[in-house]
Formats: sequence, structure tokens, C-alpha cells
Amino acid sequence: MELLEFARGPALKVALVVFCFGVLWRLVGTVLLRYHRHLSEPRDGYFKAFMLGLLVGGSRSWPHKQYIKRTGYGEALGYAYHIGLFIVILFFAPHVLFIKSLFGVSWPTLPSGIVTIIAVLTFTLLLAVLFRRLAHRVLRRLSNFDDYFSWFVTTLVIVTGLMATAHFGARYETLLAWHILSFDLLLIWYPFGKLMHAFYIFPSRIINGYFLARKGAPS
Amino acid sequence: MSAQSVNTTTAGRVRAMPADLQGDLSNRARVERAMQSFALEYGSLTAFRLESCIHCGICADACHYYIATEDPQYTPILKVEPFKQAYKRESGPYAVFFKLFGLKRRVSADELENWQHLLYDSCNMCGRCSLICPMGINISELIEQTRHAMFDAGLAPAELYAKAKHQQHSGQPEASKEPYRDMLLAIGRQYKVEIPMDKDQAEVMLCVPRTDIEHYPKSVAALARVMQHLGVSCTFRSDGLVAENYGYYAGGREWQRKISMRLINEALACHAKTLIVPECGHAYTALRWEAAELYGKPLPFRVRHVTEYLAGQLQTGRLKLRKAGNGAVTFHDPCQLVRKGGVMDAPRQLMQALGLDLHELENNKAFSFCCGGGGGVLDIQRAAPLRYRAMESKLREVDDSGAQTFLTSCSDCRATFDDAKAHFNWEQTPHSLLELVADNLG
Ligand code: SF4
Ligand code: SF4
Repeated sequence: MELLEFARGPALKVALVVFCFGVLWRLVGTVLLRYHRHLSEPRDGYFKAFMLGLLVGGSRSWPHKQYIKRTGYGEALGYAYHIGLFIVILFFAPHVLFIKSLFGVSWPTLPSGIVTIIAVLTFTLLLAVLFRRLAHRVLRRLSNFDDYFSWFVTTLVIVTGLMATAHFGARYETLLAWHILSFDLLLIWYPFGKLMHAFYIFPSRIINGYFLARKGAPS
Repeated sequence: MSAQSVNTTTAGRVRAMPADLQGDLSNRARVERAMQSFALEYGSLTAFRLESCIHCGICADACHYYIATEDPQYTPILKVEPFKQAYKRESGPYAVFFKLFGLKRRVSADELENWQHLLYDSCNMCGRCSLICPMGINISELIEQTRHAMFDAGLAPAELYAKAKHQQHSGQPEASKEPYRDMLLAIGRQYKVEIPMDKDQAEVMLCVPRTDIEHYPKSVAALARVMQHLGVSCTFRSDGLVAENYGYYAGGREWQRKISMRLINEALACHAKTLIVPECGHAYTALRWEAAELYGKPLPFRVRHVTEYLAGQLQTGRLKLRKAGNGAVTFHDPCQLVRKGGVMDAPRQLMQALGLDLHELENNKAFSFCCGGGGGVLDIQRAAPLRYRAMESKLREVDDSGAQTFLTSCSDCRATFDDAKAHFNWEQTPHSLLELVADNLG
């Protein structure tokens, strides 16, 4: 079997299965643990607390102005590469075709030149993110295998994608196979590491927001 | 009781710090107890908090210990690393995977000992970090849970352990020359105000911070005077006088429950409809938000901070206040009241009624920095040098406010600022908002 066929055939299937079951297992393993009822009297009732909690799901996307002087740079960097990744994943014509072949849905795309520029910028930002993780005393202190490996698999997908687009280093089919294989690797790693934050971010914010709002505390 | 922990080989990358040990337990037994304690804490909400961290490091920028020292070991989420580690390795959905590939080390006794400094000496449980985390993780809740495990493993700071132990069996965190009941009655005589004591029936039950009994008797008198002025039937109860809960500080769940139960039982005995928490922030958290959980059912009475109660009386028109001078004042929001308790407007309503010219601190309300004494830190002797460093920016903010009068509504915050005043020869003096109210009753 050709490498490309393997990458988008059995390897992709296995990766998707691992991804789906892995994500589900991790979420179920978090949700199905025990709960205890909170018995203290809520300040303004449960409904208001719940609505405010939902609000925190979105509002925490933007830091409170009291913190922004210290955190703005890191957050801007985080936002920038996330936006870059989203554009490249969702608006590159071959990706949309690929998604269509899997799920049968499609949407308009951006010209490949623009996406390539954004991909190069995103790659540069990812390098800056890695540099910052290594150089910043807090980030260096906190970082573990998960942080570096999650960075590695994400960056690998971008790099192989850029190589395939530029036909750089090998036959196009081989480059494409590497790109898809690196994506397969990302899917397989996804449920085990911090990439899962995409699933946790909103419930986690809403839970915190709800419990703060329940006390009438600012959130 | 005190031991110097020196082994960092298995303790990871946190500097060895002096740690206090309770009991004659083997290292293995300590770890086992901590693990059992962690297991009691695992639930869905906790799991969400433990699973969500993306190691972005942003929480460091909220914490005055990191801001003052730039030492990465004071990153808030790092303070709960043993809990995270234990959860991921022993209980999380991929525990097998973490164990198999050695991605999470087993928590060791050395590690726990070294973390005592991070969980107690350098954390006020102030919750400022919980407002910054982009993932919405309530880090200070995790710190409280991790303190439970430290306590169970016999690894609480000696001062907190001793006071919690004393309080759970005697009702007082430490021995006093006379019983607190007699001291309270003597304060009444000194300030010429009736101290209602041990009534069988009262609408409101009162309690006091022992800090006030020992250091700020005028505050005790102020509480009694304001209640007398309002004409509300109220009482102190000699078996439930002390507002603070050292079980909460030390991390002893059962002792915290026992200490709270004293007040709950006394409130039930006098059929109180409201329990007023005096000017004490942690007492508010312990009684308003945690007591019902430990009691096992909703409390059959309301719990209100004295500023909340008085602001309510202002609104109904029962409380009238005179204007209290012209100078500028500033106000320190106690963390447990505002950020962890939701009491933000009440003190401001009182200050407005007093006609005060309030100059807010640069970081105010929810974003106020802790005084540095919260979470029991004021009681931990060895923590003092770090505490002074961490609170310097707060003192600067007070100076920069341009206020002549500095107010707060927590006697532990007040004691911390008074201590800083002596240490730094600081010019400001912290005053009690309640005392100002009592001095200006209309
Ligand atoms: S609760 Fe306060 S003192 Fe503790 S880590 Fe968070 S910000 Fe720092
Ligand atoms: S801010 Fe939140 S997500 Fe970031 S390191 Fe701290 S706890 Fe983790």
C-alpha cells in the first residue's frame, strides 16, 4: 500500500476512532464523578447564578482590565496563533474538500496564497510560543512533556502542510502523506494531553462562573 | 514538632523549606493519608478544575507572592501540583496511561513537606488567581482542598495546627487570662455598653473575632452599641463566641466542622433568625458558605456579615448615620468578603451614608490585593519576611490613594496592617468601618 493511501485510509480511521473514543472517555470520566449538593443559601437565587455562569463562559475570553498590563502580551500571542490555526484549518480549499469527503459538508474557502501566508505567520507564532515557554520563568517551571509534545504535534502538522504546499523536500504524494500522518498523530494524542482544553474551556469557565455568581462574587 | 526538610532529590524542583510535622508517622503513612484525603476530594467539579489547566502561567500574574518575588514557585497552580499529580496518576480517566508511561510521578513525602511552604506560607487563599485564569479554574478552591490533604498527612504549620486543636476542643484558639465571656463583659463595662449574653431567645446571634477581644476591644463595643441602637433583640452565647475557624485555615475538615457546629448549635439554641458575622473575612467564608455543607443541610437561619446587615438596616430606614468628617478615606476590601464572599456594595453604602470622600485603591473591589495575612499566614511566624515583601505593593497603594483615613472591615486584615505599620514604620493606621459607624449613629 502506498504511504498516502495508508495515511488517509487505515491510519486516519484508527486516529479518528482513538480521537472520538478518547475524547468521550475523558469527558465521561470527568462528568460522571460524584457531585455533592451545595447547601449554603445562594445570594440571588440559582437562576441568576446560572445565567451569570453562562456569561462567564464567554466573558473570560477577555481578561479583566486590571490584569491586562501583565498578561496582555502572552494572551495576544495565544489568540494570534489560535486564529491562524483556525483560518488555515477551516478555509484552505484542500482541507474543505477533505472535510467534505469525510462528512459531506463544505463552505467557501480563501485563496491558497493567503492561506499560505497565514500558515507561515502561524508557524512563526508557534516558534515564538515555544521560545516564550522556554524563556519565561513561570512557563519553563510549569511545562512538562504534555506541553512540549502538544506543541510538537501541532507544529508538525503546520510544517508538513507548508512543505506539501510548497512541494518541498520530496514527491508531493509523500509530502501529503506526511502531512496527513502528522494530523493522524495529532488526533491520536488529542484526548490524552492539553489539546483537550478545547472541550474543557467552556464547561470549566461556566462552573467557576456559576459558583462565584452563586455567592454574588464578581466573576 | 518542627523539622527541617532537606531532601530535594525526589521532591522535584521546589526549594526545600522548613516544614512542621505532626504525629510520629512514617513517610509512607503520610503519603497514604494524603492520598486518602485527595480521594475524598475527587468529584466532578474538582476533576474539571484539575483537567483544564493549559499551563499558560497567567495565574502567576494575579498572585502578590509571584509579583513581589518573581519566583516561579509561587505560581498559583503550582501550589496544588501534588493534588494534580495524584489525581492524574491515581484517579483521572487516563490514570493507567500516566502511570504506565511515567508521565506523573508518585507523590512523595518530601514533596508534600516542601509544598507546605507553598500551600500555607505563601498562599492567603485570597482567590485573586481564580479571577484571571482563562480556563476558569478556581485555583483557591483547589488550594483549600490540598490543605485538607496536608492536614491529614500531619503536615500543617505548627501555629495553625495548635490553634485549630485548641479551638476544636475549647472553643478558643488559645488560652486567655480570663475566659472570653468574662473579657467581653469587661469590655462592656469599660466602654459603657451592655453586652447581651446567653439569652435564651434572640432574633440575632452575635459572635466576635478573638482578634477583637484581644486587640481591638472598641470593635466589640461598637458591635454591641450598634445593635443596641437598632433595638434588635440579640445575644452573644458564651459557648459560641469566637468567629474565626482555625480548622478552616489549617485544613482540618473535621475540626472545621466541629468549630462551626459550636456556633450553629448556639444559634439554634437561642432560636436566632440571623447569625451576624463580625468584621472577620474568613469567618464569613466559613459560616456563610461552608458551614451548611459541613452541617449536612441548609442552615435554619441566615448568615450575614455585619456590614451587609447594617446596609440592610440603612435601606429600611432603621439605621441613620451622621456625617463623619471631611477628609479623604480609602478602603481595603477583605478578600474573603468581596472576592470569595460577594460583599462588595454594603461597606460602600455605609461609607456613603457616613458622607465619606472615598478614594478607591488602585486595585479595588474584586481585584483588591490581599493584605497578606489571610489564610492563616499572619499566624505563621516563619512566613513573616515573605509576607512583608508580598504586602509592600498594597501599602504603596494605600499611600498613593492620598487618603488620610484608612478603613477596612476585617479585624485580621487590620491586625496585618497594624503589624506592617510597626515593621515598616508605616504612617497609616487601619481603622474599623464598624467602629466609625458606631461613633456616628444618628
Ligand atoms: S489564592 Fe491568592 S495568595 Fe493564593 S495563589 Fe491565588 S492569588 Fe496567590
Ligand atoms: S491561569 Fe489557569 S490555565 Fe493558566 S496555568 Fe494558571 S491555572 Fe493553568
